[in-house]
Amino acid sequence: MQVYLDNNATTMVDPLVVEEMQPFFSEIYGNPNSLHKFGTASHPALKKAMDRIYKALNASDNDDIVFTSCATESNNWVLKSIFNDHIVNGDKNHIITTEVEHPSVYAACKALEEQGAKVTYLPVNNQGIVEAHIVKSFITEKTALVSIMWASNETGMIFPIKEIGEICKEKGVLFHTDGVQAIGKIPVDLQDTHVDFVSMSAHKFHGPKGVGALYIRNSQPLSPLLHGGEHMGGRRSGTLNVPYIVAMGKAIELATTDIQEKISSIKAKRDRLEDALLELSDTFVVGDRENRTPNTILISIKGVEGEGMLWDLNNGQIGASTGSACASADLQANTVMLAIGADSELAHTGIRLSLSRFTTDEEIDYTIEHFIKAVTRLRAISSSFAKVKPTPGGESKECELHFH
Amino acid sequence: MAKNDLLGASLWDAYSNKVTTLMNNPKHQGEINQEEAEAHGNRLIVADFGAESCGDAVRLYWEVDPKTDTIVNSKFKSFGCGTAIASSDIMTELCIGKTVQEAVKITNIDVEFALRDNPETPAVPPQKMHCSVMAYDVIKKAAALYLGVDTESFEEEIIVCECARVSLKTLQEVIKLNDLTTIEQITDYTKAGGFCKSCIKPGGHEKREYYLVDILRDTRREMDEEKMRVAADAGSKGSFETMTLVQQIKAIDAEIDESVRQFLIMDGGDMEVIDVKPSDDYIDVYIRYLGACNGCASSATGTLYAIESTLKEKLSKKIRVLPI
Repeated sequence: MQVYLDNNATTMVDPLVVEEMQPFFSEIYGNPNSLHKFGTASHPALKKAMDRIYKALNASDNDDIVFTSCATESNNWVLKSIFNDHIVNGDKNHIITTEVEHPSVYAACKALEEQGAKVTYLPVNNQGIVEAHIVKSFITEKTALVSIMWASNETGMIFPIKEIGEICKEKGVLFHTDGVQAIGKIPVDLQDTHVDFVSMSAHKFHGPKGVGALYIRNSQPLSPLLHGGEHMGGRRSGTLNVPYIVAMGKAIELATTDIQEKISSIKAKRDRLEDALLELSDTFVVGDRENRTPNTILISIKGVEGEGMLWDLNNGQIGASTGSACASADLQANTVMLAIGADSELAHTGIRLSLSRFTTDEEIDYTIEHFIKAVTRLRAISSSFAKVKPTPGGESKECELHFH
Repeated sequence: MAKNDLLGASLWDAYSNKVTTLMNNPKHQGEINQEEAEAHGNRLIVADFGAESCGDAVRLYWEVDPKTDTIVNSKFKSFGCGTAIASSDIMTELCIGKTVQEAVKITNIDVEFALRDNPETPAVPPQKMHCSVMAYDVIKKAAALYLGVDTESFEEEIIVCECARVSLKTLQEVIKLNDLTTIEQITDYTKAGGFCKSCIKPGGHEKREYYLVDILRDTRREMDEEKMRVAADAGSKGSFETMTLVQQIKAIDAEIDESVRQFLIMDGGDMEVIDVKPSDDYIDVYIRYLGACNGCASSATGTLYAIESTLKEKLSKKIRVLPI
């Protein structure tokens, strides 16, 4: 058996989605901007995809949902264009975000800082979220934008977006949220929640990689990131990626239809897995599970280094992560673990397991068995659980690594 | 960056079979306790290095025969990734049978080499090279405990890049000898900074005492000062005329850098020395104006006079400056 538990990194494309997009490669392939029938043949499918996405998010017809290549593009677009429109060419100077954003927000903010923007990176509490009153206290007259993730990719913790939205509305500050980990996993209602911009990505809800979108409330101004053939009403140039847009529409519909039932089913499996893993001594999971996306567990296992654990899980045919997949090649300490104030010695012990609606009970059973086996083996090797103490003078000071 | 760097390679695929095998089944994982060592009439040494908060920690156990200083048995415990466990395992193997004095000579390079499947292919990808460094450090610590000396007494030089074992002295020499100006050049010449990259600048995998960026900057500053000194000495000693042509050009360049260029740049201009042609009566310095100097009215009069008189005063009365 092999078990994929890295669905916060990416998901399997639902076969129903593949089926839906299939005709738009070699049968209906015209450029939707062309006047002839080859071009216009795709229009009904594109319109259907748009309708599905507006419905899934309960967006108003006055809002824009503009297709992009990915959520990284959507996030960069909002941050760079707000910087350009309101800071370089306006009277604002300030952006508020958090310490735990995805790199496509965090690194973009760092780049804007170098270009002269003032950026506040808000800390998270011990639950791994930013509290709304903290956001309020940092808003000034010069604040151009608040950008805060809807749910964390690493912990699954859901941020108080509705409250923050109200605060931003009251203060007259633009509000962007990276909705990548929320959309398709938890109910998102954009008429009930006041957000100016929302980024999303299809491959996080069983759509294909390479297509995302940016929601823009009330079709408000935001200078384009890509200039060109004035596609999408001039908001985002680039020939429409017809098959992928069709796929995104189908994927969001599948993810959000009867979402409460899907949530209950995934959550039951997640909770069972979490309970079983917490039976192991010296472990803890970040964040209250009732306020978490239903599929995510970030568990710390004392004495077991994250990459070593991934190695053993991989040997057992289980795919997991130590954090954001984008960061997994550089093997740094888990930033969220540090941000929530976990003991620094636990910062390298985080393992993220993220389920999907395709995860089965058999897979959960298999994972529990192999996870416990891996922890037992690695703890037997671990210096953290060694019994014989160092010779006096041979103790290690805190993080003396390679200091001479 | 180029074709081979564009797709992030799989870290684990770059491990040697030996690393993989030892990670899955370390041979020397375990502990040695006091009673065991005493029963054999041996001394037990236990040393820690690293900490969980750094992401890597190792505990090394040695059972040493006090009559011969030979390490008769060795074990380890490790909190770390696969390469850390494999490095620790091979480290204990390298220690067994050696005297403490011999073991101190084991470096991280030896540990990494012992993990290779064949001598040409590295056992681990560049960013994992530092894992074997801990093995080197913990051996030093164990040896210091056994011999009752300070760990520093084993350090003959300051190592800036642990992964490639490049010393501060080597780096300074290579920068000077080859007139290196970038970190990439330093890596090409010495391999320093080519692996885990911690030593390049602050903020990497681990904190360092010396960083390549600082060493490069300080060494370049030293070189510039040296250049100025040569030029100044040449002027004061009146030996400019006896210099080789290359030395003369360098001295003129240095003098221009020190006393002339800044004034030209303030006015949006600059200049470069094209050639130097000594004859019996004159040393002709051909220059070209750049930027705003080019075509400026005073470039043929006041500015030219100022440049020439500076060089005459500092270097040689025979100098003539000719703009082309």
